[in-house]
Amino acid sequence: MKKREKSEVIIRLRDVHKIYKMGQARVHALDHLTLDIKKGEFVAIMGPSGSGKSTAMNLVGSLDVPTYGKIFLDNNDISKLHESDLAQIRGKKIGFIFQSFNLIPNLTAKENIMLPMLFQGVSFEEREKKAESLLKLVELQDRMDHYPNQLSGGQQQRVAIARSLANDPEVILADEPTGNLDTKTGDIVMKFLDELHKKGRTIIMVTHSPELAQKHAEIVYWIRDGQLEKVTRRK
Amino acid sequence: MKLEYFGIALKNLRRRGVRSWLTLLGIVIGITAVVALVSLGDGLKTAVNSQFQVSSTELITVQAGGLTGFGPPGSGVVKPLTKEDVLAIGKISSVEAAIGRNIETLKMEFNNKLNIGYAVSNPEGENGKRIYSYLDLSAAQGRLIGDGDNNKILIGNDMGDGTKNGFGKDIHVGDKISINGKDFRVAGILAKKGSFTIDRAVIIMEQPLRDLTNNTDEVDVIAVKVKSKDLMEIAKTEIEKLLRERRNVKMGQEDFQVSTPQAMLSNVNQILTGIQIFIALIASISILVGAVGIVNTMTTSVMERFKEIGIMKAIGAKNSDIFFQFFFEAGLLGLIGGVIGILLGLGIAFVGVDALNQFIGGNTPHQLSVFLVSFALFGSFFIGSVSGIAPALKAASLNPVEALRK
Repeated sequence: MKKREKSEVIIRLRDVHKIYKMGQARVHALDHLTLDIKKGEFVAIMGPSGSGKSTAMNLVGSLDVPTYGKIFLDNNDISKLHESDLAQIRGKKIGFIFQSFNLIPNLTAKENIMLPMLFQGVSFEEREKKAESLLKLVELQDRMDHYPNQLSGGQQQRVAIARSLANDPEVILADEPTGNLDTKTGDIVMKFLDELHKKGRTIIMVTHSPELAQKHAEIVYWIRDGQLEKVTRRK
Repeated sequence: MKLEYFGIALKNLRRRGVRSWLTLLGIVIGITAVVALVSLGDGLKTAVNSQFQVSSTELITVQAGGLTGFGPPGSGVVKPLTKEDVLAIGKISSVEAAIGRNIETLKMEFNNKLNIGYAVSNPEGENGKRIYSYLDLSAAQGRLIGDGDNNKILIGNDMGDGTKNGFGKDIHVGDKISINGKDFRVAGILAKKGSFTIDRAVIIMEQPLRDLTNNTDEVDVIAVKVKSKDLMEIAKTEIEKLLRERRNVKMGQEDFQVSTPQAMLSNVNQILTGIQIFIALIASISILVGAVGIVNTMTTSVMERFKEIGIMKAIGAKNSDIFFQFFFEAGLLGLIGGVIGILLGLGIAFVGVDALNQFIGGNTPHQLSVFLVSFALFGSFFIGSVSGIAPALKAASLNPVEALRK
């Protein structure tokens, strides 16, 4: 992937609200959120728990649609799409990395990486080839046929990184990627994310750790009480 | 492309617990019953039909007594038929010949072993030859018996076989058998007929059999040969009318029975069909229970895999992708139940046909219906997948954010 122009906006949130109904009460999880994420940026979304950052991540990752407001992914309005169409789009454009790895337990490392391509209709041979090359990228080619419970936490997260790259997405969305790892393995995982960023991918990392955010991200969006509190940029 | 979800479904099935497998019991029992029933039912019908096919289609059987033709003929307190009845029936215009026969259970001794066997009389004169031709009997060894053979017997094929006759030794032409204390010499062995009524019989000329049993006038069975097939029903009605008069009974209160082979056959087939319907009913109930079991286990499975469904949706699975995974999984679950059921059912049918052959001395072949097996396979997959529709729809419609949170 060649280095992209950083001016191009990939994800655009415009005056986004998300309201949950909890019985009679209405909870305003997000309130007037507006932000642009440009191609090739390493962005961190920061905030304490309950701040609305998870909701923001779900919307940015097109896992959910806003109550009001508009979200554009690659200039397409996705705020009103049906779940199945949304699934196709996020499967192609966004790669997810979760705090608890979230590999499918009864599929091997290779099969886990092949799965997102299956949902995009890629042929078996192509899926297998791609999965093997991605496993090489995360230096786990010798763990190809291991099941998740036969891998360490750090190895599982590297498989998850490989899986997130399966469909060559524009955006990698990492939700607390080092949250379940010790510092050393966490550093290895972050090293891979940094490398992906250097190669031109857009990385969005959700975290509650300011050190992690400021060390790796170029731009940090601080969210509190469902609103954008401040934006800081690394010099 | 959707077919690739079979692989994932198979993998999911492998990690299921005993509890899930137990819910297959209903399907297993249902399919077992269906397969065993159909295979055995066909075998049973073939066996029963072969018992009746030995007699010529233009033969009517007349017996004294109740409504079934299955009791020992001439036994009990019913008023027996007589030689005069035979003569009277012989005079009916549609009748070619009426032949009285006696069937007796007697003590038979051979190879120093005493057994109870049954003997059938063969009439003297022309009628004796007629019986051979009506029943299409011929001697495999030795010869048939006729007038003057008062110390001779003719035996059925199985009676000659030491493994089947109960005497523990083959009987050959020329051997001596003691019947009710009197010695008879074997003149011939009949060719195999595939019907135990003939293959296990001992045939004695009428007069010596009457002498053995002190019977001067009674007749157990009257075999009536009708002039042509078209006259069967007419002949039957006329015989019934005649016997009602002779025995002084009213219509509907007959103490005798006039039966055509077709009627007997259709009676038996009716009973067999009834049994089949009954078992089919039980089978459908257990298949229904099995289907509910699959719905239950699939619903549990969807709830246990909320998170997994969320992950798959996050990495791009459409609702239909999720649906087909669970749909195929349920179908495969049904199919596994079906395969077990088919194997069990065929096993039961195999043993059953063997038992049947042993019991009535037939030689019904083991049948394996490809149609039945493929129908059962398809049917069990169908039942499974239909049972999986509701849980699969539930899985497919989950919201990814909520599913991931579990």
